[in-house]
Amino acid sequence: MAAEPKIVAAFLTVVAIALTPREAIWAFGVYAVLLVALVRIARIPYGFVMTRLVAVAPFVVFALFIPFVAGGERTEVIGVSVSIEGLWGAWNIYAKALLGASVSILLTATTEVSDVVRGLGVLRVPAVLTSIALFMVRYLELIADELGRMRVAMSARGYDPRWLSQVRPIANSAGALFVRSYERGERVHAAMLSRGFSGTMPALRHPTATATNWYAVILVTGAFWVIAVGAMVVA
Amino acid sequence: MHAPDGFLNAGTAVATGAVSLGTVGLALRQVRERLKDKAVPLAGITAAFVFAAQMFNFPVAAGTTGHLLGAALAAILLGPSVGVVVVTIVVVVQSLVFADGGLTALGYNILNMAIVPAYGGYAVFRLFRRVLPKTGGGVIGATFLAAWASVVMSSMAFSVEWLFGATAPVSFDAVFAAMVGVHVLIGAGEAIISATAVGAVLASRADLVSGAADLNRRQLGDRRRVRTRTFAIAALMVSLVFAAIVSQFAIDDPDGLERVAEDTGFAESGSEHALADSIFADYATSGVGNEPLSLAIAGAVGTLVTLAVASGIFIGVRERRSRDPATV
Repeated sequence: MAAEPKIVAAFLTVVAIALTPREAIWAFGVYAVLLVALVRIARIPYGFVMTRLVAVAPFVVFALFIPFVAGGERTEVIGVSVSIEGLWGAWNIYAKALLGASVSILLTATTEVSDVVRGLGVLRVPAVLTSIALFMVRYLELIADELGRMRVAMSARGYDPRWLSQVRPIANSAGALFVRSYERGERVHAAMLSRGFSGTMPALRHPTATATNWYAVILVTGAFWVIAVGAMVVA
Repeated sequence: MHAPDGFLNAGTAVATGAVSLGTVGLALRQVRERLKDKAVPLAGITAAFVFAAQMFNFPVAAGTTGHLLGAALAAILLGPSVGVVVVTIVVVVQSLVFADGGLTALGYNILNMAIVPAYGGYAVFRLFRRVLPKTGGGVIGATFLAAWASVVMSSMAFSVEWLFGATAPVSFDAVFAAMVGVHVLIGAGEAIISATAVGAVLASRADLVSGAADLNRRQLGDRRRVRTRTFAIAALMVSLVFAAIVSQFAIDDPDGLERVAEDTGFAESGSEHALADSIFADYATSGVGNEPLSLAIAGAVGTLVTLAVASGIFIGVRERRSRDPATV
């Protein structure tokens, strides 16, 4: 399936989630059910989604602290004094961050990186941005490879830097890594030019979005927006 | 510092989104002029590099880790507008492809992690390039300070946004103190890594560093350490900024001893300071009505007086030693 409908759907859905008033706890429950259904339809393993959700963890931890440090009226929970506003604020961040991240994970799990970038291009993102992004994606693997080789070379010479105090050799190798990767990229680019590269990658298997795709977008985002607007009206 | 959705309210998300869109759009115009064929791969590889570098966490304090931001590095290597575009791409791809950073948070994530540190860091870089010697060593020194400043500026930007769009009743003072405090430490790691990386690139491919484009080969090869006098001037400037500007954000709550004194009740037994009527009592300049200005003057004067006295003492000790041939 083409990427543009998915990107548009993801973005609009997250906006709906972000605008939902935090008091409407039922709305967030419905969102969660919908998202689980979508994960099921897309046949993504639940474990995959959970491990990716861990990336949001630092901010959720931050959100957990808020009820204790926030101001305003206080109440008791299991004998500990917490702020009411703080509890709502923590819930707000927790729910929206997790649900928003789930939508993003849905998008990333079903779309290849280069397809996402090309989809952005179809959505009128300037070609400069998409071409740099495409090169970035290609070079990520290159850099990871070079880094792996440098680490092997370092440990083969018995050096295993870990602490902040030994950051100088790491940073030095970072600089050397940059130059090596760049020169490799230069050679690759020259080879591409000599084989007739015109500046944009030919889209070999980028499918075009069909009407059915866009109907699906309207259906899914419509569902989320109906709930969001309903929550706003009821509140 | 990749903020998730719902961290700041909708108004702030929209406003910062508009600012980011406009700024990146302007930067793109400049980029199109400057970016010739060869430079797209270079921009792509810097983006990949920044992306990969952001994955490495290093410990800064108990239980907290920091990671490289890379915006100042990108700005110094590629120029500020290309640097901003590169880091914006990194942030967007991280959000869209790796679910790192909310989709609705892109506005303020781009502002905090790409625009502010790239342009701000580059400004600090140019400032210190003027002050430091025109050599390779000077470029590295300027990179060090610019990278540090860029991280601190980034955290300040986030705190200011919290002032307008907080979704939880945590005070601006608390957020500012926590964010900026931690990021001053993280900035140290960023500074070391950026400076060393630029040094390594200067050594082999100096043409890739646009911030050093005005240096000829002899100057580039001059990697003498920054002189002590230059370092002292730079340190003085930083101290004055802290004393006059950063002190404005200091929290007025009592410190440990005062707090204990108030709680246990022996605060009353303290008598007034003998010099309570002096010009600068309580870190305020008497006769200056404007509160921030009075605090700034008191801070600056205090810094300069301390510098003078300390220098005098050390010069005196040093001369004493050199006069006595027995002690070396």
